[in-house]
Amino acid sequence: MSTLVAPVNEPPSPSSRVHYLNASYGIRSWLFTTDHKRIALLYLGSITFMFLVGGIAATLMRLHLIEPQGALFEPGTFNKLFTIHGIVMVFFFLVPSIPATLGNFLVPMMIGARDLAFPKLNLLSWYIYIVGALFTLYAIIAGGVDTGWTFYTPYSSSYAHSQVIAVALGVFITGFSSILTGLNFVVTIHKMRAPGLTWFRLPLFIWAMYATSIIFILGTPVIAITLFLLALERLLHIGIFDPAIGGDPLLFQHLFWFYSHPAVYIMILPGMGVISELITCFSRKRIFGYSFVAFSSMAIAVISFLVWGHHMFVTGQSIYAGLIFSVLSFLVAIPSAIKVFNWTATLYKGSISYQAPMLYALGFIGLFTMGGLTGLFLASLATDVHLNGTYFIVAHFHYIMVGGAVMAYLGGIHFWWPKITGRLYSDGWARFAALVIFVGFNLTFFPQFMLGYLGMPRRYAVYPAEFQVLNVMSSAGASILGIGYLIPLIYLLWSMRYGPPAGPNPWRAKGLEWETPSPPPTENFEEIPVVTEDAYNYAHSGGETRG
Amino acid sequence: MTGVIQSGLNCVATVLAAIPVRPTAASTIADDVDKLHFTLTAITLFFTGAIFATIFYFMIKYRRRSENDRPADIEGNLKLEIAWTVIPGIICAVIFVWASSLYFRNSRPPAASTEIFVIGKQWMWHLQHPEGPREINELHVPVNVPIKLTMTSEDVIHDFYVPAFRVKKDVLPGRYTSIWFQATKTGTYHIFCGQYCGADHAEMIGWVYVMTPTDYAAWLSGGSRNESMAQTGERLFNKLGCDTCHVSDGTGRGPSLAGVYGKPEKLRSGETRPVDETLIRQAIVNPNSILLPNYPPIMPTFQGQINEEQVLQLVAYVKSLGAEERQKNSK
Amino acid sequence: MADLAAHSAHPPGFAHQFEEMDQQRAAGNLGMWVFLVTEIMFFGGLFATYTIYRSLHPQAFEIGSHLLEVQFGATNTAVLICSSLTMALAIHSAQTGKSKSTIIGYLIATMILGAAFIGIKLYFEWYHDYVEHLVPGINFVIRPEWGHSGSQVPMFFCFYFFMTGLHALHMVIGIAILTVLTIMTARGRFSSEYYAPLEISGLYWHFVDIVWIFLFPLLYLIGGRYGSGVH
Repeated sequence: MSTLVAPVNEPPSPSSRVHYLNASYGIRSWLFTTDHKRIALLYLGSITFMFLVGGIAATLMRLHLIEPQGALFEPGTFNKLFTIHGIVMVFFFLVPSIPATLGNFLVPMMIGARDLAFPKLNLLSWYIYIVGALFTLYAIIAGGVDTGWTFYTPYSSSYAHSQVIAVALGVFITGFSSILTGLNFVVTIHKMRAPGLTWFRLPLFIWAMYATSIIFILGTPVIAITLFLLALERLLHIGIFDPAIGGDPLLFQHLFWFYSHPAVYIMILPGMGVISELITCFSRKRIFGYSFVAFSSMAIAVISFLVWGHHMFVTGQSIYAGLIFSVLSFLVAIPSAIKVFNWTATLYKGSISYQAPMLYALGFIGLFTMGGLTGLFLASLATDVHLNGTYFIVAHFHYIMVGGAVMAYLGGIHFWWPKITGRLYSDGWARFAALVIFVGFNLTFFPQFMLGYLGMPRRYAVYPAEFQVLNVMSSAGASILGIGYLIPLIYLLWSMRYGPPAGPNPWRAKGLEWETPSPPPTENFEEIPVVTEDAYNYAHSGGETRG
Repeated sequence: MTGVIQSGLNCVATVLAAIPVRPTAASTIADDVDKLHFTLTAITLFFTGAIFATIFYFMIKYRRRSENDRPADIEGNLKLEIAWTVIPGIICAVIFVWASSLYFRNSRPPAASTEIFVIGKQWMWHLQHPEGPREINELHVPVNVPIKLTMTSEDVIHDFYVPAFRVKKDVLPGRYTSIWFQATKTGTYHIFCGQYCGADHAEMIGWVYVMTPTDYAAWLSGGSRNESMAQTGERLFNKLGCDTCHVSDGTGRGPSLAGVYGKPEKLRSGETRPVDETLIRQAIVNPNSILLPNYPPIMPTFQGQINEEQVLQLVAYVKSLGAEERQKNSK
Repeated sequence: MADLAAHSAHPPGFAHQFEEMDQQRAAGNLGMWVFLVTEIMFFGGLFATYTIYRSLHPQAFEIGSHLLEVQFGATNTAVLICSSLTMALAIHSAQTGKSKSTIIGYLIATMILGAAFIGIKLYFEWYHDYVEHLVPGINFVIRPEWGHSGSQVPMFFCFYFFMTGLHALHMVIGIAILTVLTIMTARGRFSSEYYAPLEISGLYWHFVDIVWIFLFPLLYLIGGRYGSGVH
């Protein structure tokens, strides 16, 4: 079992100091906290729970698909499973994941502030998330939803006999949680940076959070109004989206994707921010091309609003609209490519170590590259015709969301775990889990690229027998992946009680968050630091603190 | 030991052999689409491989040897940034132009296409040949003949997808969408519904039967019903009383429909629209949205009284009126 | 420690995540502006959908618009503009150090005008529409004199009720905020140095007013009022 770089002197046990975790006790001190660090942990617990809900749905789906005629469920039940998997994973896990947990914890600390600009609003965000999640859990228990997470009309507005309104309201409500978090981050980053911390000295994680917050603010209100209109239509049969009573089903798709495409960048930009932090720390080098990576985050956020039509190439929209969305979709790939090259170049002539966070980061770069490049197949009009609506799409977005975002999330959790909990975990188990996840992931989703190209449509409860071998491979991978996700749950929870105490900076990383004790005190800093150097200034010190 | 390895390898080989890589290519565009697909695959595998390989190489070459390592302090390199912005940009531009021109070509049916009509409804496909035969979940077509499918839905959004032809298009309620293909090989190919449409979405599948021209002609003329779509449409036209207003010599309360198909029509709102399937359908189900300058808005709507199949039969009849007129005039 | 000394010098209302009062004020203002941007996107989606349906069904929208009582809409517009004036005067009074009762007076005037807006809307407009069978999904009756576009008139009323309803909801929330501000003023929380909550709430109130300025012509004034328009 390998160990982390141990500090010279054994640090005091976390229980011998006052810090944010033990400053007050009792459930009310948690439920009424305004401390961004505690709120981050409230979110951590909630989204982990939702991840389990969505993950169970996925496990059941993959088990069912072992057989061409379906091994376990009626088609109606299968349809509900993939719908719930999508809704829970997108809106209740991926969208909040890094921003609400790592973002909430780290944004104030990385910029040298004592908290976010609006701490009470932050707590309100969490409560709003919980209310939305409860609506959705109610919908699951009360019969489920079977429209797909995309809620296409007129099926969802006029034909589905399931809990569409409850879920639409759940997602609507949770949207406000994102909006308020984004608002909080934007104001905090603008107004509460420590003295000397200019924009171009900010850690790239902050740039990523900022870009993500722009999308939160501009995009989420549109999905809110769209789902509200859908609920209204279902309730009152007005004819906004149902052509039988004068509505336009494609209008729904435009409104839905206007948010949901930028949403996928909400899901990946924070992960990219985490990767910048991990690559620099574990190669002990500054990032290659800092301003290019920073501007790429902003470019992705802006261009992401212009490409939604690529989800609608086969709807019968005009060829010219297709051309415009296609060229813009190619354009949005370029900043992502720039980032991948910059991260790789950061490794050059570095001093690289392979602890678990770094393994997650390196896995991210490769898998995100693959996921991103398969996006080109879909941005290309001629190939998209054949691939749209098939497992190729499923594989593409899972490479980015799971091979990308979830790996980055896990890498970040492992990296900042000592800071958050004051404990170290077993790096051996962590590396093992990372490997299991990597193998399981590829075995699950690579066959799906092939399935899609061969013509197997998505959302199929049963399928022609010739697709069985690839489906079985994918399901086998899914079981491995599922086990891989459970392992960190065990050793991380174990470490909270039994892990050796972490010092302030077990990774010898650069960054203001590492200049506080682990866990940090409630007010983060005794004195607000003054910043005099660039981010990732690894070359000019051996990891000591900056003054 | 070698025996175990041998049988293990055999197992893997059998599994791999059972995995098809390329779907059947049975249309004129399939090879072109596949070329683009494989080029993109090559690009993807190349760059993914290159990134992984570079990462591996750097991981090993620059692994940490001691805590006192002095890594280089490199801020960046403008030339490299430009290179890896411009080169992907060029690759993207090339792919975009290639894919778009292929898409353009594939969107325009050849003028002499045979038209077949498709109605999707939960959870089956109704297909109607203009010569009369109707099919459910099956489509018989002749090989090497361009076929245009005009499609609509009775209820929710579906999607007509034939992987072997590399064609797919959503099928929407309330409007017509169309695709075309030309089959190059006789055989049997999957039809899938490609847009989730409810409980039995996965059962909304069928088969395309591509036949030789002689076999197809035999199939077309066999079967009990020999009435063409236009003839069925005519019967419906009379049964529903359309002929009382739409008198062919123009003396009725409504306009004569002889020869209107394909011509531009100026509406009361001032805009001019071509008389195509969409306009005719709209006139039947929502006549008050298509008002003509010289006629009062008295046509009743037939929405709910006839289904999409019957609408298409009426459309076929109106289309045929032009042909008859031209035939009459040319005699 | 430096912190403690600074702490006792801070005015009431200072929040400890900030270092300086100026910083807090700037953050509060920026926060409200960012929130208003999200509100613009929220209403914007609705306005976009309205635009699409209005261009698809122009006659139905005109018929619907003419069925609205423009005199009440116009009165409400005047009421709201006055309420923005009183709100601005309330803030100005705080800024220039006027007495609590002056500020409270203006705040209450704003609330009364806001309540008047809601009252006029609820009773003279919505209740009237209910009696006239113009509420989609509840009791809508299509009248034959509307002619061939009649079937689309419910769509107009759907947008009417939803857009004005959403706006009214924002007004009600605004009145609630004003109530809280009134109580805070009465308790002496504000001064010429610290009146940020008033200022920020003022921004919100003005925004709600501006939304109405857009809603009024889009809903009430379609196709002109006196003699023009298609029939």
